Amino acid sequence: MTTTSGAEAVPSADDSVSRPRTLGTLLRLHPYVKGSYTRLTLGIVDAIIGALVALAIPVVLSWIVDGPLTTNDSEQIFPAVGLIAALGVLEALLIALRRWLVLKPGTHVDGAMRKAIHNHLQQLPLAFHDKWQSGQLLSRAMSDISTVRRWISFGFVMLTVNVITIVAGFAMLFYWNPLMGAVFTVCSLPMLYFGVRFDLRYMRLSRAAQDQSGDVATNVEESVHGIRVLKAFGRSTFALDGFAARAKRLRNTETRKGVAVGNFTLSVTTLEAVAYALSLIAGISLVSTGAITVGVLFAFFTTAAVLRWPLDSLGFLLQLTIDARTALDRFFEVIDEPVRVEESAHPIDLPAASGSLVFEDVSFTFADAPEGPKPLLRNLSLEVRPGETMAVVGLTGSGKTTLTGLTTRLYDVTTGRILVDGVDIRDARLADLRSRVAMAFEDATLFSMSVRENVLLGRPDLVFPEGEAEQAAADHLVTQAIDIAQADFVYTLPDGLETKIGEEGLSLSGGQRQRLALARAIVTEPAVLVLDDPLSALDVTTEQQVEAALRRVLATTTALIVAHRPSTVMLADRVAVLHEGRIAEVGTHAELLARSALYRHIISSESDEPHVIPDVTAENESVIAAGAEALGEVDSIDGIRGVQP
Amino acid sequence: MSVTGVSGEERNDFTRAENKRLRARSVKLAGQLVRPVRWQITGSGLLIVLGTLGSVAGPALIALGIDQALPALTSAGDWMPVILIASAYVGIGLLGGLFRSWYFRMAARISQRVVYHLRLRLFRQTQDLSLSFHEKYTSGRVIARQTSDLDTLREFLDSGIEDLVSGVLFMVFTATALIILDPQSMLPVLISFVPIFFFAWWFSNRSRKAFRSARVYSARLIVQFVETMTGIRAVKAFRRERHNEKTYGVEVDNYRMANQTVIALFGIFDPGLKLVANLVMAIVLLLGALRVLDGTMEVGILLAAVLYVRRIFDPVAELAFFYNGMQSAGSALEKISGVLEEEPTVPEPTRPVPLAAAAGALDFTHVSFHYVADRPVLPDLDLHIPAGQTVALVGTTGAGKSTLAKLLARFYDPSSGTVSLDGINLRDVSNDDLRRAVVMVTQEAYLFSGSVSENLRIGRPDATQTEVEAAARAVGAHDFILSLPEGYETDVNKRGGRLSSGQRQLLSFARAFLADPAVLILDEATASLDIPSERLVQRGLKTLLADRTAIIIAHRLSTVAIADRVLVMEHGQIIEDGTPADLIAGTGTFATLHRAWRDSLA
Ligand SMILES: Nc1ncnc2c1ncn2[C@@H]1O[C@H](COP(=O)(O)OP(=O)(O)OP(=O)(O)O)[C@@H](O)[C@H]1O
Ligand SMILES: Nc1ncnc2c1ncn2[C@@H]1O[C@H](COP(=O)(O)OP(=O)(O)OP(=O)(O)O)[C@@H](O)[C@H]1O
Ligand SMILES: [Mg+2]
Ligand SMILES: [Mg+2]
Repeated sequence: MTTTSGAEAVPSADDSVSRPRTLGTLLRLHPYVKGSYTRLTLGIVDAIIGALVALAIPVVLSWIVDGPLTTNDSEQIFPAVGLIAALGVLEALLIALRRWLVLKPGTHVDGAMRKAIHNHLQQLPLAFHDKWQSGQLLSRAMSDISTVRRWISFGFVMLTVNVITIVAGFAMLFYWNPLMGAVFTVCSLPMLYFGVRFDLRYMRLSRAAQDQSGDVATNVEESVHGIRVLKAFGRSTFALDGFAARAKRLRNTETRKGVAVGNFTLSVTTLEAVAYALSLIAGISLVSTGAITVGVLFAFFTTAAVLRWPLDSLGFLLQLTIDARTALDRFFEVIDEPVRVEESAHPIDLPAASGSLVFEDVSFTFADAPEGPKPLLRNLSLEVRPGETMAVVGLTGSGKTTLTGLTTRLYDVTTGRILVDGVDIRDARLADLRSRVAMAFEDATLFSMSVRENVLLGRPDLVFPEGEAEQAAADHLVTQAIDIAQADFVYTLPDGLETKIGEEGLSLSGGQRQRLALARAIVTEPAVLVLDDPLSALDVTTEQQVEAALRRVLATTTALIVAHRPSTVMLADRVAVLHEGRIAEVGTHAELLARSALYRHIISSESDEPHVIPDVTAENESVIAAGAEALGEVDSIDGIRGVQP
Repeated sequence: MSVTGVSGEERNDFTRAENKRLRARSVKLAGQLVRPVRWQITGSGLLIVLGTLGSVAGPALIALGIDQALPALTSAGDWMPVILIASAYVGIGLLGGLFRSWYFRMAARISQRVVYHLRLRLFRQTQDLSLSFHEKYTSGRVIARQTSDLDTLREFLDSGIEDLVSGVLFMVFTATALIILDPQSMLPVLISFVPIFFFAWWFSNRSRKAFRSARVYSARLIVQFVETMTGIRAVKAFRRERHNEKTYGVEVDNYRMANQTVIALFGIFDPGLKLVANLVMAIVLLLGALRVLDGTMEVGILLAAVLYVRRIFDPVAELAFFYNGMQSAGSALEKISGVLEEEPTVPEPTRPVPLAAAAGALDFTHVSFHYVADRPVLPDLDLHIPAGQTVALVGTTGAGKSTLAKLLARFYDPSSGTVSLDGINLRDVSNDDLRRAVVMVTQEAYLFSGSVSENLRIGRPDATQTEVEAAARAVGAHDFILSLPEGYETDVNKRGGRLSSGQRQLLSFARAFLADPAVLILDEATASLDIPSERLVQRGLKTLLADRTAIIIAHRLSTVAIADRVLVMEHGQIIEDGTPADLIAGTGTFATLHRAWRDSLA
């Protein structure tokens, strides 16, 4: 189903793949690691001391062998063995200490990053959420961060220790014999080249694998959320095919990662073997000419042996580091995304609520709308007076929902401004604005909480009220809201108001959900109510009851109500007709019916009652032709019907 | 309490028997996963052995160089031995490298293969599981099982084999060498395995709980993350950010603590093993030294024995890692196997009754249904709908209309009684046949991210572009689709967010047109449409429904005009049933409803 992968939808990694940035990216961890540097540094120091202690054990051993055992000095055996045992205990303690030291940093950074990305995502504008695949967000918030944690608590420490060991080791090789040291070093140098090449190759693969696993997550999420559709059409196999294709792509990339690591390991071991062999030749010839002693030769190779594990593990550690780097890139792609709907730097306090809502010369275009001169809303002006109820009607896709979203800055206007109580909403605090203006959306989203919490979504302060008076006030508000929305079915739920609903609780019917969403908007007692087609899922009787109750609220509250049905329009004092991006007409229902053909077309069933439609079946044509013809017919009946670009 | 399937998944206080049962389940799944790749695993183990042998040979060659080649060069000026040994070194090193790099490829292949197949199996399973499962398990958890749990497993597979094989082999080789060299020194080593065993037992017991919690908390993180991001509009509009920040923060901290516990336990386990190893070495040294002083042992042998003892314990860290990873993967497998163990409550019949071309006659015989025990939604429903009839189903919200529709589409099976199509119990119809015959347009118009035409093709994957466009035309969606930036190829964004709700409904409508079923169920399929579009759709419907059975659920009674029959539903019962004309003319509920509706029109 889903073709556009996250990798294509979001800034691609390829253009950002440049080596020097690995360090730069990793350094950006600074704010998350800030409190942990001491522990990390101590951890590294600890690791180095640990390595020295481990090295000291053989030295003491050789001393025992050369000393007490050769001189048969039994007196010294016990202290010597005691020393070995002590060093052994010390080594274990140092390991435990190191693990304890890096324990906190790793998990703390992990926790801090998880919170950061979650909180930032909540702040990011809807335009961002529209654009990004859900799985891409999820994989960034979950697996990428785990990758970074593993790197910090293991990869980073080991890499540092190993690099130090390698540098020190090479220095010692030079100390034993400059010529052999040089041979060994020169032979090892190409490792750098292979390292860089591996880095480039592997970085691409690593990034691709992470992006693809995000795509797989997207598929998983959609297959779960859309399960009803898939089941209704019996398309599980079809969905599986699409999923399998993506999973296969991921599998191939991951396998290629393995190949890349394998190749790198091969080049490292080969170079190592050559370095050893050439040093051996050089060493033996040096000994034969008497330039060095056999003892030095021994020492040289023992030291070289110490270098083996750090060199061999380089590929693996590099791999961890690159994985962490690309994971961080992905993490920062989200974190760097600017919060475009920003709090104003100098917010103005909203004046006492009177509840006026004014659109002034508002234009709006979606970021990904087609290029063209026609914005979705253009130079739209509309004034909703305090206490007034304004209905907005318009054809499907004319921009009604978009218009309602502008009032709480879910999207920001492209040009023009919106005033609430005389203040440009961009100058007000977001929290103030959103408590003054309450919305009910077309699709009622319920969260996994009790009915009460769902209704009190905009008033979390009332969920667990402090005193008894507060409790009573909260209860009163909830009861009243439920009453107005005619949602008294909640009292018949198994645990009444405390019944858990939403995904982790009880599912409700469409109309029940919609009424709760309505109650949710009413309960905040906002100055301005914005309701998007709030009664669409209700039957006629319930609708009438809700309308009767709503009237009481609307008498004192400013409201903007999107409506498709005449019955809803009747709630309003005035009606605005949204057409081709502008408010084409404003007036009372009766006025508009009388004067506007457009309005009649949009709202009235009378012009073209369903059961007086000429019977197209008679023509015995295919459905398709009939549909097309029906379309053509309406177009010719009144040329007004147009669909918004 | 039970631990069958996913029940008890969030608990962490299992009894012994339950623990055993869970472990058996994970082990069984692990067995199923490993069986197809057992030869590859053996092969890759062999590669590591060869690779390890190569690196063991290195020191011996250098010793040879010093013992043989050096004298040859010094005394006879013969370069030959030096060159030979050096070449052998390169050759062996190269071979070892080849084996190791081959191993890396193979390991990646194996682990990817296992993960891939498990991924598909899980996906298929979640698709097969019934709606009732999904409703209580939550989408977040299903996603967690298919993403982060699988990641955990993959991590283990990626490095597990190497840790295990190289660790064990290395130990076995070295131990053999030590026994040959000096059996007495082996004794302390053997004895040391007793404390190591208990230590490992302690670690596994303690860490299992923590690993389990880590899986549970990570799933909860995903659950909340998904819920927040799915409902982001409401979150923003109702200023839930602070609250979510707090609850997510708590889950993050829980998850962090679980992880910390594991790492802290490992932080004791790993150095603890090292401690045992070092002490054993000291003991071997002491005993050996005393024997040397007695004159019963050579110094050289002692030195070698001590070095070997040290090397025996070298891979202990790797084995500890392996064990740690295994525990972690085990907890993931435990959760995954739980999902795999779930049985669909709406199962495919084992011996389906063939249904070639459905006519579309529907029957409810004494059907009762409840979602929650003791709260019947449909108490006792009897209904016959002859093939080809168009039925309008109306009634107050929450009356059970959607429920009735979902029973017809076999989203659920009735609690008692039967629903049948052309006289065949739906329980006996294969899924493929059923879906070909019955299609339902659900109340929520869910669109997948992807292009418009991809979404329409859900109705019929093999439809040609012309057919797709024809279906769009039939519901009057063609024009607005063309006005999108890339027409039919425009990405509708996640959940169809790029479209207005009316447009989404038109698309899900067109999708059903394309599917061309014998029975079409429309649940509020025009609720978000404007009146002109609705009118258009209704005209299309009139033609479309001419030769098929249709159940149309609608609050707007305009639909009734195209129906042959109206059913009025209240509290799960059908209280009125008749032709539209009869009912409107009568004095019942419907007549009242209809009058009210007429009045509400402009
Ligand atoms: N996120 C988006 N990105 C780009 N275009 C969008 C986006 N959301 C909506 N649109 C387009 O903007 C137009 C207006 O959409 P909107 O949802 O405001 O319509 P509406 O008037 O509410 O329609 P309906 O009555 O169907 O709910 C539609 O043509 C739609 O395709
Ligand atoms: N998945 C579910 N789990 C538990 N209870 C449910 C579930 N779905 C619906 N219900 C309950 O069953 C009853 C009937 O719901 P149903 O969705 O069939 O109503 P409906 O007639 O379609 O209403 P509407 O017109 O509002 O869509 C309601 O009380 C509802 O709360
Ligand atoms: Mg809308
Ligand atoms: Mg319903």
